[in-house]
Amino acid sequence: MTGDQLKPVLELSGISKAFGPVHALRGADFTLAAGEVHALLGENGAGKSTLLRIAYGMLAPDSGVIRVRDRERILGSPRAARALGIGMVHQHFTSIGALTVSENIALSMGRTGRPADRPAGSDVSVKLMTGLLGTTRVELLSVALRQRLEIVKALATGAGILLLDEPSAVLAPSEVAELLALIREFVDAGGAAALVTHKLREVFVAADRVTVLRHGVVTYSGAVGGQTEETLARAMIGQMVERRANGSTRAPPTSSESAPVVTHFGGVPLRAGELVGIAAVEGNGQRELLRGIALGEGARGSVALVPEDRTTEGLIPELSITENMVLGLDRDPRWARGHRIDWARARSRTTELIDTFGIRADGPDAAVETLSGGNQQKVVLARALECRPTILIAENPTRGLDIRASAFVHEQLRAAANTGVLVLIYSPDLDEVLALAHRVLVVHAGRVLEAPHGTDRRVVGEMMLGVNRDR
Amino acid sequence: MFTALVALGAGVGVLAIGLAASGYDPVLALGALGRGAFGSWYAFSSATLVRAVPLILLGLGVAVAFRTGAFNIGAEGQFYAGAIAATWVGVHVTAWPSGLAVGAVWVAATIAGLLWIALPVLLKVRFGVLEVISTLLLNFVAEAMVSYAVTGPLQESARVYPQSDPVADAARLPLLPGSRLHVGILLAVFLAVVLWLLFTRTRWGFRLKAVGLGPEAARVSGGIPVKRVMAGALLWSGAFAGLSGGVEITGVTYTLFQNLSPGYGFTAIAVALLARLHPIGIVLTGILFGALEAGAQGMQREAGVPAVTVQVAEATIILAVLLAEVLARRAAARTISAEDPA
Amino acid sequence: MTDEVVVLTGFLAAAIRISTPLLLAATGEMLNERAGVINLGIEGAMLAGALASAVGAAAGGPWAGTFLAMAAGVVVAGIFAAVAIGARADQIISGTAITLGSVGLTGAIYRTAFGPGGPGLSLPTFAAVPIPGLSAIPVLGPSLFSQPALTYVAWALVPVAWWFLFRSWWGLALRATGESAVAAGASGIPVTRVQVLATLVGGALAGLAGATLVLAQVGTFAEKMTAGRGFIAIAIVVLGRWHPAGIVLAALLFGGANALQFAFQAMGLSVPYQWFLVMPYALALLALAGAVGKARAPAGLGKQAGA
Repeated sequence: MTGDQLKPVLELSGISKAFGPVHALRGADFTLAAGEVHALLGENGAGKSTLLRIAYGMLAPDSGVIRVRDRERILGSPRAARALGIGMVHQHFTSIGALTVSENIALSMGRTGRPADRPAGSDVSVKLMTGLLGTTRVELLSVALRQRLEIVKALATGAGILLLDEPSAVLAPSEVAELLALIREFVDAGGAAALVTHKLREVFVAADRVTVLRHGVVTYSGAVGGQTEETLARAMIGQMVERRANGSTRAPPTSSESAPVVTHFGGVPLRAGELVGIAAVEGNGQRELLRGIALGEGARGSVALVPEDRTTEGLIPELSITENMVLGLDRDPRWARGHRIDWARARSRTTELIDTFGIRADGPDAAVETLSGGNQQKVVLARALECRPTILIAENPTRGLDIRASAFVHEQLRAAANTGVLVLIYSPDLDEVLALAHRVLVVHAGRVLEAPHGTDRRVVGEMMLGVNRDR
Repeated sequence: MFTALVALGAGVGVLAIGLAASGYDPVLALGALGRGAFGSWYAFSSATLVRAVPLILLGLGVAVAFRTGAFNIGAEGQFYAGAIAATWVGVHVTAWPSGLAVGAVWVAATIAGLLWIALPVLLKVRFGVLEVISTLLLNFVAEAMVSYAVTGPLQESARVYPQSDPVADAARLPLLPGSRLHVGILLAVFLAVVLWLLFTRTRWGFRLKAVGLGPEAARVSGGIPVKRVMAGALLWSGAFAGLSGGVEITGVTYTLFQNLSPGYGFTAIAVALLARLHPIGIVLTGILFGALEAGAQGMQREAGVPAVTVQVAEATIILAVLLAEVLARRAAARTISAEDPA
Repeated sequence: MTDEVVVLTGFLAAAIRISTPLLLAATGEMLNERAGVINLGIEGAMLAGALASAVGAAAGGPWAGTFLAMAAGVVVAGIFAAVAIGARADQIISGTAITLGSVGLTGAIYRTAFGPGGPGLSLPTFAAVPIPGLSAIPVLGPSLFSQPALTYVAWALVPVAWWFLFRSWWGLALRATGESAVAAGASGIPVTRVQVLATLVGGALAGLAGATLVLAQVGTFAEKMTAGRGFIAIAIVVLGRWHPAGIVLAALLFGGANALQFAFQAMGLSVPYQWFLVMPYALALLALAGAVGKARAPAGLGKQAGA
């Protein structure tokens, strides 16, 4: 295999792609050789997913050249990419819940029903199939098995090049390790894998080479060996920011013990002024528990929610900022007069809030859909705090936000806790939870356990999987 | 406004092409259409505006439901339910003072429309049955009910024709001198203004809009009982349609018969959509479609073109409005995705 | 033969005759709903098919009418597909508008072609084709196995639809599209093309349903003659849980309920005929109330693929 290892099977050179005025990629280069895992690292919006989609024929580059096994190609569609032996594992599951495992695999294999040639990682495919029964409806599978099915599907057509877009986002730490091991086996058998991630840790565990993107430009490309978290982080972000990747939970505020208990989370009493982080693997009941509190079950005082899905559950994109501000506050005495709503008053209050929160918008009558994601989240936060809640629930509040917007959200949550609000934050990113929270609660299979103060990341990770529960 | 004009142009254009293709002289036919609708004060008041009244009332009703994203495709049926109830009360109030008689008839019609949509609402809330299908199916039931009423319990005393006795004089609306236009037009305009105020100034209006544009956000972030708001809007919608049937009986026909409505309930969908569900706009589009319906009669008289042909124009207008909205949304979406690449 | 046998035979024959167009329209609608498209325009497609079959049959015999009807259904569904799938406009309103326009257009064409009063057309229709042997069975023979050729074709389409949906790759692709257009697209399925084709096939079957109505049931064309059968077909799809076998049962239920009318008349019961007119719609409402919730609609039904 040593001879093949230097020979690129996939080459993207000088790729540029713009969405309107925004340049997602500016002359990016990326090569992938057989036998290697090549990580694509970058913050949200750095362009790494865009690059991967171009490699899979989902997007057409504005300029640049794509070579697959030394031949220049124009990938017009995913089908064209698959025909060239390229498979992709998407960020979100693409298997269809109502269909069975074998139907899903048959779908991805295409009309002929047979792989084009022998799968490069056929041993891996067999191994992946453990636990997957062909006649099971996919919606009944666990998250880890569904993820596994995604890889089986990507390899089903005999792909030798595997593109993975943040495949670990939905997995628990030990499941991630298993996934990375499988990817390693695949490349050892002669496959080539591109792994998009924004987690530095995964790069060091899994990758041979790494390409770092910032604002659509490659800032580093080369071997992982010799790099440190600091150097890669600098390439990603451009400057050093405080990272608490291995950090433990923060000390609780001094007044905590005397503050009143305002609600319980799975039986654990929570007090006013606490910033409580919820750590859990997807699908363990954490969302249901949070929504229970959001509906006011067992809570003292008012509850405000910052829902994860901003543009579906949080805001009505076609309505103005003012109207979105009034959503949920349409009985607020400041503008409600019996059944009437005094829009002039609501508008002037919104203007104040736009100022306070630094929302970049064309005035209070601007439709929310014209705002950027970060500014939309500011509207949601402003509204949540506007009702002076006793409890603030934030579900993955930095999803899709860049570093600055995320920092603003964190600042607001801390500030709210300092004024005596109980803040509950759930994030699938364990590092975010650990960096922010006074206390960390772990949800596993619907049961809630508190992580002791000063616990490190590994222990919380084990608790998320239900290991060492009785310790 | 621009959208509306383009849609209207598309509708008339398709109509003209269709007429030419079927061997009619489109200039003659469309001229006849124009004369039938606007040719004289009498044509405008007694043909166009008389037809505009039910279209405005039905259009307002359709708009209330559509605002929440609930589709009442059964306005036709609710109109008939209202007309049956109006006739039934109307023939019995001979001894009543006029104002009271009209009031009683209208109330009965409104309640009947409300009850006619209550079943679809119940089915939707209780069993999750798509209101589109249930309201549609009930249109046919309502038409059969009219047929039954005018050959059975409500048939004229003479028992000759399948129609009811005319309602009592006391239950008839005053007419504008020198025309067949009745005071129902004032009711229609008044209710449009009321609805406009409710839509723009009240919590109820805001909630309708929120539920229609973002049901998930309305539920999760707005704490709005989405199902209840939708159900309420559908009931309002039925009430408007029922009232419209009552107004038609007291103001225009005085008797109940089959095919009382030339598909007003469906045309009202076009009326509401073309006005983008805006109550004041509905007054204008209602008059516009009233003109189309009136002109169609003129076209049939003068040029021998079947009046049903205008339904093709109406359908084209609906589709053109949909397309224009889609294009506008897509243009907006392009600017958004440009700012926020995935 | 005793009276009872005559009544029963007549009832069964009527039930089959009435079920057939419903079955065809529902099978077509099932296909496009399985692909995620709800088409209220099939009422219009069916009506267009009915008129086209009358025109075609008058000119070139029943089979010419049949093919013209399918073509008309495809054209009507094609307009719907262009607006609701191509431009991604709202499917419900587009479908309603298509039906509205079809009513107007068929009415105008009919009156223009056959005069304002619309005299009863006398058309060459499909004659009953008794199946040798089977048609000799008492009661069942004359009712089930002595039907027009088009009726046999209609019923033969059901197993074909089943095989397509559950045994062919394109059927799988179609179901995947209806469950999740995004996921199907990621698997390389040409989602839009699948939806458009399913809608066109749905339109062809609705047109065919219109042809059966005219050429194998009523024998003539009348304005608005479909009288909501297309909408009832949509209810049948729900009641039949989006499955060919379920749809056969549901269509038979409707046909049977409608045929009771003739049985009652034959038995000399006097009930206002409007109650029979109302029966299928009332039954459809009842059926919907009972069926929805237990059955699972395709997850992407009515949603826009790219939205």
